[in-house]
Amino acid sequence: MEFLTLKIWSPYIVGAGIGILSWFTFLISNKPIGCSTAFARTSGMIEQIITGKSLNNQPYYQKFPVVIDWEWMFVIGIIIGSIISALLSGEFQFRFIPSLWMARFGIAFFPRFITALLGGIVLGIGARWAGGCTSGHGISGTMQLALSSWLAAILFFVGGVFAARIIYYGLGG
Amino acid sequence: MLKRLHSNNRIQMVIGLLAGIVFGFLLQKGGVAKYDVIMGQLLLKDFTVIKIMLSAILVGTVGIYFMKGFEMIELHPKPGSIGITVIGGLIFGVGFALLGYCPGTISAAIGQGNLDALLGGFVGILIGSGIFAHLYPKLDRVLKFGWFGEITLPEILKVNHWIVIIPVCILIVIFFYILESTGL
Repeated sequence: MEFLTLKIWSPYIVGAGIGILSWFTFLISNKPIGCSTAFARTSGMIEQIITGKSLNNQPYYQKFPVVIDWEWMFVIGIIIGSIISALLSGEFQFRFIPSLWMARFGIAFFPRFITALLGGIVLGIGARWAGGCTSGHGISGTMQLALSSWLAAILFFVGGVFAARIIYYGLGG
Repeated sequence: MLKRLHSNNRIQMVIGLLAGIVFGFLLQKGGVAKYDVIMGQLLLKDFTVIKIMLSAILVGTVGIYFMKGFEMIELHPKPGSIGITVIGGLIFGVGFALLGYCPGTISAAIGQGNLDALLGGFVGILIGSGIFAHLYPKLDRVLKFGWFGEITLPEILKVNHWIVIIPVCILIVIFFYILESTGL
């Protein structure tokens, strides 16, 4: 079982593993892999707790009710699976700033925190706008050969590559 | 097939959790729980993300359409339109580059101890999802613009799905060969 303690696996093995996992989720659960809907449901749960008002009459939450479902459990599972993998390989470590960010923008946490928060807001809006994220569209939708998902996945990377260039190299880059 | 298992909610919750554990384990082992690897992809210096996604698509597509051929599973393609897919996709891309994680990989990043993911990005995605939910009723016309629905590529081309799958798989393998031979 030595492979379980390795820090890194071949991306081709990991990808094939995700492909096989998808066969099983379709077969056993009648579900494609996806993550971003769970964030919308969680957001609704927190808003209901803060405001004390039900969101059930809101059009969006009629489509995606504020409940714990398969996908919500799936996202909790991702966190647990990653903890297990990182603990087995000794990679688990609390880190405030990623090294690539630090090399370009320095060691202060606040700029990274604000950028991550803002990025998360934009990403959250975009994921719900597009109706899926890198897993729901980028992996599950593309493997069903859905037009919406191939188009979305390509545009995720078009937008991402363009914005990353500006963030790291400025407008002149 | 397996209809009774599909409708057993309690068992499905456990299966969802277990599937998530496998997915999170794979994401962490693949290195895509790391900001550096995801930004490396968006800066076109590290192709790990694309290699993982395309391998998953290669293996997944063949298995899923094979099972569909035997009516073992049903597909769930997502609906789309110009307004939904193009605008939403580009907004997502900008957020992706600012954050350096996506909703799946950020959950894996939290699992391995990245605090920028937990304190910044995770909270941000929840806020963004909530903002969209409230904007949603006002976006009706934009979202319906250029509607094309749940169509798949074989349906558009009006061909058997293997006529699409085989060339897609060949193109993916050629792309891997190019990446590996250029050392990316």
